[in-house]
Amino acid sequence: MTTTRERGAPARAPAPDSDRAAYRATLLELARADGRVWCLDSDMGGLERQFEAELPGQYVDLGIAEANLITVAAAVASTGVLPFVNTMAAFASARALEQVKIDVAYHALPVRIVGTHSGLSAAHLGPTHHAQQDLAIMRGLPNMTVMTPADPAETVRMVRASAYLPGPVYIRLGRNPTPPVYTDDADFTVGRAVRLRAGGDVTIVAAGALPVRFALDAARRLAAAGIEACVLNMHTIKPLDVAALVEAAETTAGVVTVEDHSVLGGLGGAVAETLAEHRPARVVRVGVGDAFCSRPGSHEEQLAQCGVSRDHVVRAAESVLRGRPDVRISTEQGESP
Amino acid sequence: MTVETVARSPEGAVDPAALSRTALAVREHVLAIGAGAVGTHIGGSLSAADILVALYFEVLRVRPQEPRWSGRDYFVLSKGHASAALYSTLAERGFFPRSELASYGHPDGRLMAHPTPAVPGVEFATGSLGHGLSLAVGLALAAKRAGRANRVFVLLGDGELQEGTVWEAAMSAAHYRLDNLTAVIDRNRLQINGSTEDRMRLEPLADRWRAFGWQVSHADGHDFAELVPALRTPPAPGGPAVLIADTVKGRGVRHLEHRKQSHFAKLGPDAYERALAALRAAA
Repeated sequence: MTTTRERGAPARAPAPDSDRAAYRATLLELARADGRVWCLDSDMGGLERQFEAELPGQYVDLGIAEANLITVAAAVASTGVLPFVNTMAAFASARALEQVKIDVAYHALPVRIVGTHSGLSAAHLGPTHHAQQDLAIMRGLPNMTVMTPADPAETVRMVRASAYLPGPVYIRLGRNPTPPVYTDDADFTVGRAVRLRAGGDVTIVAAGALPVRFALDAARRLAAAGIEACVLNMHTIKPLDVAALVEAAETTAGVVTVEDHSVLGGLGGAVAETLAEHRPARVVRVGVGDAFCSRPGSHEEQLAQCGVSRDHVVRAAESVLRGRPDVRISTEQGESP
Repeated sequence: MTVETVARSPEGAVDPAALSRTALAVREHVLAIGAGAVGTHIGGSLSAADILVALYFEVLRVRPQEPRWSGRDYFVLSKGHASAALYSTLAERGFFPRSELASYGHPDGRLMAHPTPAVPGVEFATGSLGHGLSLAVGLALAAKRAGRANRVFVLLGDGELQEGTVWEAAMSAAHYRLDNLTAVIDRNRLQINGSTEDRMRLEPLADRWRAFGWQVSHADGHDFAELVPALRTPPAPGGPAVLIADTVKGRGVRHLEHRKQSHFAKLGPDAYERALAALRAAA
């Protein structure tokens, strides 16, 4: 596994406390430098105060109409514009899915779809606003690159790196402030996992802000018990870093995946599929069980109810090391490995 | 083969007889495609044929040898199931050889039964209804912001107007005052299950578009003397325009006209000969 330093100057953006704020600042920076970069909004709040106020000619608000939003983005992209489309992950991946599939993905147009409130990060707003299927949906679309950052600094690098990729991109962001994982000058390459911690016993593969945080915290707890976990930040779900996964399977006892997403079809599904073909290994998925999250609570509380917490990661790692065949991730809500 | 970059007679008098000959050729191609291995949507192709001929031979600035020419007028076939009519018109206009039409639906060809951009002259893949007006809005918005003079046309089916996204797009076109955008409705009044008015009422159609902020006009969708001037006239400054073209499903083949059964057909040899004879007899 290697990573290559992103070309260009190191981040000079402020240090926002959320991926959303980091995204907005970076989008504005990109658009100032390149008039082809447009912001297509859907009454999301915030972008109109920053982006529209400064660059009204590169800003379009399509109102509360996400299907039209996505198709308009595809059409402007066909003329050479580089649109960043702003909506919630739930709406990008479900409400406007046909527009994403046909008008963006089928045409392989350079539309950057940025979905916020991903996973359960909308928390108490409930399942109408949760997006626990978006990774599974988006990675099923040909031509689509699918990414999710671990912290604001990585958001900055990811958004910059996405701007000039040739095809469509889906970037999945959370809603809430997120603690830093990185220093500003860390490496970032689309499709290359980042090893955040070395360890030879078990590998924890995580994607997204809280999952990466849970993975690192679980690794520290495991270390206290004498277990050394390698932690990979799999910020790009598609294309997946196959080499990094094969190396993990060859050098450790097995793999735990951690995601703020259904256990079906997201990071865990992608990793399990890949390893089954390339280097069969024990894989335990920590993710949201196959049920809607029906009780209010904070983001972390809801994730814990649904099967995603530091404890779940620790237990999953221990089960990988024991190699117990009876240990499994249930697809039912609330059960744990 | 012509390489003209503007309408055949942009300022001059329309020659309806010449256009009718071209439209007859297009309809003959449509029937031949319908008699091919996979059949086609014959009824809606025949209702749209004259609109397509008027656009491609008298209105759109296009370069058949340079389909992606940046100065072109854009055309989006939102009712993508009329691919047979679009491909036939593009072939007649010189975008690709007429002989290629025989490959419609064949695995070694590029003529998918719903349009794809792999075919010269096709801007977007369409066929799932309700996308085309949004595509046209994006094209018109980008052209307007770039200060380009391209006009944008989109042809919608009338049954297609039941899709909610059409009205999202209609709202946005008026909001952004897209006076470089003209929508045309192929108002043949039939959808698969029957009359549009019986199945999911569209009237008062003109009032609905006006209420969304559009300029509305009407034309006989089979009369070039009405169609061509109506299509050439750009929207008045300040907003988009819609032309409601009254048409007949199956137009040109007497026994298919006004019949919902003409929506999709795979013509056997006898049915093809009968349809071709009826078409030529009526021409």
